[in-house]
Parts: sequence; structure tokens; C-alpha cells
Amino acid sequence: MSDYDPVEVTPLHADELARAEADALAAIKSAADLDALKQVRLAHAGDRSPIALANREIGALPPAARAEAGKRIGGARKAIADALAARQAELEAERDAKVLIEETVDVTLPWDRAPRGARHPLTTLQERVADCFVAMGYEVAEGPELEAEWYNFDALNIAPDHPARSDHDTFFVESVESGKVLRTQTSPVQIRALLARDLPVYVISPGKVFRTDELDATHTPVFHQVEGLAVDKGLTMAHLKGTLDRFAEVMFGEGISTRFRPNYFPFTEPSAEMDLRCFVCRGSSATPGSPPCRTCKSEGWIEWGGCGMVNPRVLVACGVDPSVYSGFAFGMGIERTLMFRHNAEDMRDMIEGDIRFTLPFGLEV
Amino acid sequence: MKVPLSWLREYVDLPAVTAHEVADKLTAAGLKLENIASHGHEIKNVVVGRVLEIEELAEFKKPIRHCKVDVGEAVPREIVCGAVNFVVGDVVPVALPGAVLPGGFEIGSRKTYGRLSDGMICSEAELGIAESSPGILVLPADTMIGADVVELLGLRDDVLELEITPDCGYALSIRGVAREAATAFGVAFRDPAAIDYPVAGGASHPAAIADPTACDRFVLRAVSGFDPAAPSPLWMRVRLARSGMRPVSLAVDVTNYVMLELGQPLHAFDRATVQGEIVVRRAEPGETLETLDHVVRKLHVEDILITDDSGPISMAGTMGGLATEISAGSTDILIEAAHFSATGIARESRRHNLVSEASKRFERGVDRELPMAASWRAVDLLCTLGGGTAEPGVTHASVEVAPVAITIPAGHPGRVAGVPYSKETVVWRLEQVGCEVVDGAVAQGGGHGVAASGVVSGGDLAGKLAVTGEDPITVYPPSWRTDLTDPNDLAEEVIRLEGYDQLPSVLPAAPAGAGLTETQRLRRRVGRALALSGYVEVLSYPFIGVRDLDGLQLPEGDARRRATRLVNPLSEDEPLMRTTLLPGLLKTLVRNVGRGFADVALFETGLVYRPKPDAPATAPILKVDRRPADDERDWIEAALPDQPVRVAVVLAGEFDRSGWWGPGRAASWADAIEAARAVAREAGVALDVRADRHEPWHPGRCAALYVGDTLVGHAGELHPRVVEAYGLPPRTAAMELELSRLTPAGPAQTPPVSTYPVATQDVALIVPADTPVTAVEAALRAGAGELLESIRLFDVYAGAQVGAGNKSLAYTLRFRAPDRTLTAEETTAAREAAVAVAAERTGAQLRGA
Repeated sequence: MSDYDPVEVTPLHADELARAEADALAAIKSAADLDALKQVRLAHAGDRSPIALANREIGALPPAARAEAGKRIGGARKAIADALAARQAELEAERDAKVLIEETVDVTLPWDRAPRGARHPLTTLQERVADCFVAMGYEVAEGPELEAEWYNFDALNIAPDHPARSDHDTFFVESVESGKVLRTQTSPVQIRALLARDLPVYVISPGKVFRTDELDATHTPVFHQVEGLAVDKGLTMAHLKGTLDRFAEVMFGEGISTRFRPNYFPFTEPSAEMDLRCFVCRGSSATPGSPPCRTCKSEGWIEWGGCGMVNPRVLVACGVDPSVYSGFAFGMGIERTLMFRHNAEDMRDMIEGDIRFTLPFGLEV
Repeated sequence: MKVPLSWLREYVDLPAVTAHEVADKLTAAGLKLENIASHGHEIKNVVVGRVLEIEELAEFKKPIRHCKVDVGEAVPREIVCGAVNFVVGDVVPVALPGAVLPGGFEIGSRKTYGRLSDGMICSEAELGIAESSPGILVLPADTMIGADVVELLGLRDDVLELEITPDCGYALSIRGVAREAATAFGVAFRDPAAIDYPVAGGASHPAAIADPTACDRFVLRAVSGFDPAAPSPLWMRVRLARSGMRPVSLAVDVTNYVMLELGQPLHAFDRATVQGEIVVRRAEPGETLETLDHVVRKLHVEDILITDDSGPISMAGTMGGLATEISAGSTDILIEAAHFSATGIARESRRHNLVSEASKRFERGVDRELPMAASWRAVDLLCTLGGGTAEPGVTHASVEVAPVAITIPAGHPGRVAGVPYSKETVVWRLEQVGCEVVDGAVAQGGGHGVAASGVVSGGDLAGKLAVTGEDPITVYPPSWRTDLTDPNDLAEEVIRLEGYDQLPSVLPAAPAGAGLTETQRLRRRVGRALALSGYVEVLSYPFIGVRDLDGLQLPEGDARRRATRLVNPLSEDEPLMRTTLLPGLLKTLVRNVGRGFADVALFETGLVYRPKPDAPATAPILKVDRRPADDERDWIEAALPDQPVRVAVVLAGEFDRSGWWGPGRAASWADAIEAARAVAREAGVALDVRADRHEPWHPGRCAALYVGDTLVGHAGELHPRVVEAYGLPPRTAAMELELSRLTPAGPAQTPPVSTYPVATQDVALIVPADTPVTAVEAALRAGAGELLESIRLFDVYAGAQVGAGNKSLAYTLRFRAPDRTLTAEETTAAREAAVAVAAERTGAQLRGA
């Protein structure tokens, strides 16, 4: 017997063990919160707890008694662990329910600490137009705003005495003989593109242009146009029409009605005006007796821009042989497009820079 | 061009269609409808009556008459009338009770001035014929009593107002529009110019063309014994008024009427005032002419004049002289019908700022073959309506002009359109326009050589424009279509008459493009980045004035004061092209603040215009019959100002807003510099910020922005004087940067991403207060070596603990190696090396050391 611990270990007594287990279960049950339960866990399931001490004594028992003691102690430990886990879950649920509710905030509070700005719709509309044509294979061409007369007029077959030239109400720079003007149209970029690029040329060129109009609701001396030019072998008016029909669809949505109407521009021949079916009256106001329409002046159509086959004289001025190459060109007003597309009614809003006008447009139109 | 439909119908058998239907067809042909004015449709129940009795009612303050008028009924009508310009027996228009006059004005039977008034005797104004009229309209004595006045006088009409493009001079006439209408409806056209005028021998008045470049046809006809008191007939006055011309006198009205009908401007001289031979020539130096508007005009040596022995008597095609004007006593009249140089008249009109109905037509091209017919038509009307006698003989001076012939392959219009037209269609359409078309080619000036390369050189324009191919036809455009000179002009005629609406819609396959350039992408990114940072884009006008530059406190000699000047600015206050974006932005900021927005951050991207110091004075006007040579293009570029793209921001008020979360943060110099950094980040370049003094910024709060050694812009807080000059909120900040100077960096290179742990070390350095932080940071970076992953300044402190005139900079240094966990010794060594370099370069001392 001397092989065994001579000390009779108290906890090994069945009733001692039962009491320890009962104490533990009671303590667990009465733990009021997670902190209290943590203390209970330490006291009743920790290294120094009666059960743990008892467990340690098993090895001191005679072999015959070990199995029985192990079984009893194991049972008690499991009961305590189960009770702890259950109480833990209970208390956590209680805490979640209570604490997280206490932390509730008003998520409807506003947050404009660092408000976002916006880009000008005329800028982003020009980009959208460019994107439409870049998707078709065009490239974006650029030119100066303060331009040589030769590029702005002469090379475009607008001779000095041409009646069309006086319609342009040009800003002259330095002197009327300086040969320099503020460009009245984006068309000079056509010439620059043809002189600088290899054929075939497919370019789109949005930009600022200038005419000596006073600012009012429908005129501004500084406005924006987008110029398109394609010069290739075998291009026809049918191609021009197809291109502009596609363009109109991209800008205004499918189902937009367009019309080609003969017009005159010195730099295109044949020339056409591209009209759009009035957005407001859908053309109904053109019928006699119908209510008048302010938007289209009861014409049923609104002018969008001019276009045509590049006048062979323009090609010659750029050194392109018109018997080999043909081309088409078109030019649309960006302000007008914004008016149609976004119901902007007053040009002045576009230039005054009031943040209330621009902010709703965000980063893209 | 205002076209009364009744006039149009005289020369074209239009079907029974509405004015809108006519307008639609004309619009589709290129004569765009501007407006339709309807006349007389609402007038009813106005009949012709004869005045039988007039009783003057004397008891009223003004003359009142009680009349009995026979309107073709059993019993005469009693009518009270206030006008006195008619007598018993006169034939007058009478609005019967129930009649409606223009404007929906209804006439009833009523008691007035104590008598029954059973209708109204009408004036021209009341019938909508004239704007105003002094009295009752008295009709010719033989007019049928009881007839409907509207029918009789042709008052019911629709007037189409058409927009005529500058190439279509011929369409500034009833003749031209009628031809288009006839073609559009496929009906017969009667040419009003096809007049069988007598072929008379001898000259009406001696005349000569001295300058054939000024005039190639000059016709004079004479009328004698004209009654200057003869009135213009009502129908003529109605048509003139509805066509937008004011009736004046019979002689003048006739010349205007014929011009509107045929398109030939005419001029009438009082023959009694013309002295000797009439000569068409250019002005001589120093000549003057007092024109019809009583202005004495100094003539330019290129002005085209009609002269007699006394000197100039008329400015050709623009305005007549006062001395030879038709007056109330003119009985002998000379009618001039001429064909003047289009560019000559265009220049004359612009030089003298004189735009007349005649000059508009000459500029746009008048039918050279019209003068004989038109002058006869005018003389005929003067004789018929004014009792004159046409003098036998006509002066017809003319210069031969070679006819235009254009050879095209019959398939050319179809190739331009992208839809085939048969040769028959092409010929038929061109003949409808008035062209003569023959099979085969004729030699054209310059031949038909075509370079297969696609690039032509040399100066032979006609040859370069020629189109060759199978089945050539040669087209001789009619004399009234001076705009038809090139093959594509003919193509347009065919395509437009076949109908633009018949063109197919085909999307061409463009070759694959390269997308946006890096520069174009950068500009978009910059806009987005600034907008996301809180800035709102504006597009201000690029016009500025000296006051704007003064407001920026720019010193004399500042490069930004060298600005391009406009000859004709919109406002005398803003005659310059901007050299900086700031004035426009600052004014827009003030506008927003004024509208109640205290917290404003704006940006603009746009060009500035910078004259080159040694630019040629003029940009040459190059030739257009060939590609310009490279040196010619270089010359143009050298003459144009530099036009770089700039981006600028201005901001005031709170940049971070105050709110329920606590106080916000005022916009400051730091935000302005950060905006520049945001721009540079988008370009992928590092911005070197250095302290600077530069107007319009606060001298102690101004940063110069460099990329490498290139100055790209400035940012900071604005000078208080600038704030005052522009009326800005205090401490407004601004940044301006030349985007064109930022070269977008190439593709970003992938950094090594080490998964070994980071070792963090903090250091606090004491440096003199005026030491720029960038210098300290650069030194730390240089000293820390390759192991340094990042460096961050987390505190700046100035106070007693670091000594007066000093500041303490606290940095966190993060070290990491790509291939191992760093030891404490390695990290410490790196930190010490960093501090050592900082100490060496900036005199920094480790705080607490």
C-alpha cells in the first residue's frame, strides 16, 4: 500500500465531489454577467478549482479505484463545462440584446462633411460625344482657339468676300489684317487634321468657338461645337447619314427621328442640315390648327447641326486628291445638344458658373 | 425671302395644296421655311359699294358723315363714317353687319352719333393691306358693285418666309422659288423672265462699261412723259408690303416689284438730272457721293460707280445718289439694269456698311441674262401704270463671258450619294435646274490628270477638282446658277431633287483607332479628381481687362500683362485674352458668394493665350489650290500665340464642413497646394513644393510648384490686396498650374510587395522654424536607405520645450525588407542613418537627445 498516497484525498469522496459540482453549477447559474461568469469559470473550472485538484489526485489512487474515480470526476467536469457554455451563450445573447441596442445611432443623420464637386456638363457632354466616336474608331483631334484666318476661313473655301464669312461675326485679334481670329467654328481642326495625319482620317474634335453675339438666353459669344471629319476612299452621303443617325441615337436614345435637309456650307458640297424631331411636340405642332410649340417654333423639327461631303476644294487645299478620296464632315452645337438632352433652357446658366447649375450633373452627363 | 403664294401661283401650276404642304416641299429642296403668315382668311362679308349721298353732321367736334351706300342690294345702307377723303359717286369697300375684319374685329349694325350705322366703310389698314392709312380706300370707278372685296383685291393669301442660303441668289425672287416649286411638285413652270420684249435699234442713252471686272452687262431704257403723281395700284402695294418692302411711289415700287419677281435689282434715275454719258467705272481717289439717305460718302478706289459728266451718280448695286433720285416731279426716267461683280458689290457693301435688297442679290449672284427682260418689264409697267412712253432704243453694253462647262461621269452624283442614279435621272434633274446637258467631255482648263497617290501638288485647281470616269456628260449651268461650278455642285442638285430623305443610312467601318491620347486621358482624370475633391467646374469667358490684372497685383513687366488684344471686344472693359485663369474663376466665386454660397470651391481647365515674343506680325493667308508648304505652316504657327492648357482652383469658406460631428475646417493655402498635388498625382509625377513670392499670392503663403526643375505653377493663399480688389471672402486660396507642362508618366511600375513584418520607428527632430519640411523629409529618405517603406510626418510642434525659433517634427518611419524579417539592430541602424543625414543637411537634432 505504501506505493500509494497515504493521504486520504477529500475531494475524491463521492459526496465531496457532488458538493463541488453543485456549488459550481449554482455559481454558474447565479453569474449575473459575462465578467462574473469569467470569475466563476476560474473558481470552478480553473486550475485551482476543487474538481481540477481532484482530477490531479486520480493518479494517486490505487489502480482499482482509478477507473471509477475518473468516471465520476469526468462526469462532474463535463456537467460544469456544459453549464458554463450554456450560461456563456445566455449571457452573450443578453449582452448583445442590451448593449448593441444601447449603441444604436440615428443612421439617417446627414454626412456632407466633404461634399463632392462636379464637372461642367458642357465638358462631360463633349467627352460623351468623343466617346461615341472613339468607339467607332475615330480619334480626338485638337487645334488652337486663337486661330489663323487661313485655317478658319480660306482653307475651308470661305473666301474673304464670301457672304458666309460675314455671317460669322468674327472676333479679330490685334488688327483686322493680322490674319488671326478667334476661331468661329471647330472646322479649322479639319484642316489641321488633314495636314497632320495620314489618310484615311477619322477624327472628332470638340472645342470652344467664338462669335460676337451678345449673351442672352439662346446666344453666347463663347460656345462649344463638336466637329467630325472622315476622309477615306469611297465615303458617301449615305455613310454620313448612317454616322449621324448612330450619333443621334447614342445622344438621345433609340427611336429618335432625324431628317436631312439641303443647306449650304462653303466647306461641304453637297451640304445638309441635320434636324431632329422636336422633343416637346414630337412634330405635332407643324400641323395647321395644332397648339403652337415654343421649342421648335411649330416647325416640328429642330436644327441640330450642319454636315455634308467635304468640299473637294477643301481636300485640294490640304493636298488630298479628291478623285481618290472623299469625305464627310459635320458640326453640332454642344450647348444646343445640352438644351435638348437635359432641358437646359437658358444659355446664361451654362456660363455663369452657379454651382447649383453644375452640381447635379456630377462626373458625367 | 417672303413669297406670297398668290404670286408664286402665277408662274407655277401648284396643285390644290395648303401653304404648309408647299413649304414642306420647298424645305426639302433646300429653301427652308421660317414662317407662314396668313392674310385675309378671316375677312368676310366685305363688299364693293358706291357712295350715293353724304350728309355732313356738323354738331360734333370732328367731322362725321352719314352716308347712303349702294352695295348691290335693293335698298342702300346707311353708314356713319369719320373719314372725309371720298365724294359722292366713289366706289369703296363696305363691311356689312356680320362682317369680320383682320384681328377678328366684328362689324355690327348700331346706333352712333344719333344715326343708324349699318356697316363700315373701310380703309386699307382696316382690311389688313397697310400698316396705317390716312383715309378710306377708294376703288376704281368701274369696280362691280356688290362684289366680294377679298376676292376682288386678292386679299386672301399666305406668305411663305423662306431662308435662302448664301449660294442661292436665284431664289431671292419669285422666279427662282417658282422654279423650285414646279420641280418639287412636278408641274409646269412659266418663266416670268421669258418676255417677248421689242428689239429696238439705237441707244436710249449713251453709256459704256469702263471696267469690265466691275460690270459685264449694263442696260439703260428710257421712259418719257411719266406721270409722277400716278399712284401704285393696290395689288402692287399689297404684294410689296407682304413681301416686306414699303411702297414708296410708282417709279420706285415698279423697280422693287420687278426685282422681287425676277431677281434683277433695278435703279431709276431722273433723266433730267443725268448729265452726258453714263460710265460704269471704279472710283477715283478723293471722290465722294451723297447717297439717297443724305449721307456724303467718301468713296474707295475699288467702289463700283455709275457716273456721268458730273462724276459719281450712284454706288452700283448698293445705293443711288441723291442728285439723280426720282422726285415728285420726275417725268423722264432712266431704268438701269446691270450685272455687277459679286465680290465687287460684296466689298462695297461691307466697306460702307450698306446692305440693301440689291446688294444682297448681287453678292449672292444675279442672272447675267436678265437685264434686258427685267428692264423691259419695268418700262412696260411704268408706261401702263404711269402713263409714260417707252423711248425706242436700248443701251446694252456688255462684256463677253465664257460659259461654264462642267464634265462629270454620269455616275458621279450616285457615287457621292452612295446610291446609284440612272443617267436619265441625272440628266433630267440637271435639266430641271436649267442646265444644258450634252453627252461627252469637253476639255476643261487644266485637263484631267489624276495622281494615283492621293496627294496632289501644283496649282491647277480646275484640274484637281475634275472628276473623270465612264460615260461623261458635259453640263452647262444656266445663267442664274452662278453657284454651279464644280462637279460636286452638280451632284448636290441631283441628290437634293431626288430627295435627301431617299438617301440610305449606312454606318461606315472606320479603321481601328488608338483611343484617347495620354494627354486627353489626363485632362479627364484631372477633372474627375478635382470634382471628387470637392471642386465644381466652371467655364468662364476667356476675356479679361487690365483691371483684372491690376486686381491680381501683377507688377509692371509681369509676363501675364503681355496679353493678346481683341480688335472688336464685346466689352471695352475686357479687350484682352486671358493669360491666367484666375480672374474668371475669382469673379465666378464672388458671384456664387453673392448668391448665398459661402463655401465655394471652383476649378477651371482651359487655354491661356500667350503671345510669342518674336512672333511675325501677321499670319499669312496661304493659297488654297494646293497643300501649303511646311515652312508656310510653320510661319502661321509662329504667328499664333502659345495656347497651353491650364488648370486652376479657387476656394473660400469651409472646405470641410462644420456639422453635428463637430467643427469643420476653413479652406486654406494647404488645400490649394493639395489640389495641385491631386493634379500631379493624376499625371503620375511628383510635385516639388517650394516657398515662393509670386503675385497674386500672399508672400508668406505662396508655393511654387515644380516637376523636376520645371516650374509648373503656384498655389497658396491670396494676397489680402487681391482679396480686397476682387471682393473675395478673407483668406481665399487659389492654385494655377500649367497642365501642358505635365508630361504624363509612363505606365506605373509594379512595386515589390513584401510579406515580411514591418518595423516601425518614430523620430522627433528639432530644426530651425524656417526649415522647409520637404528638405527634412528628403534628407530622412536619403539617409534611411532602401529598407525605408514609408515616412509620415505626424506632428509639428513649436513651443518652449524645443526652444525659441525652433520646431519639432515627429515622423513615423516604416521599414521592411523584401526577403527577411528585419532585426532590431538593422532597423535602428537605418533610423540612425536617416537622422544623421537630416542632421547633416538641415541641422536637425534628435529631440530628447
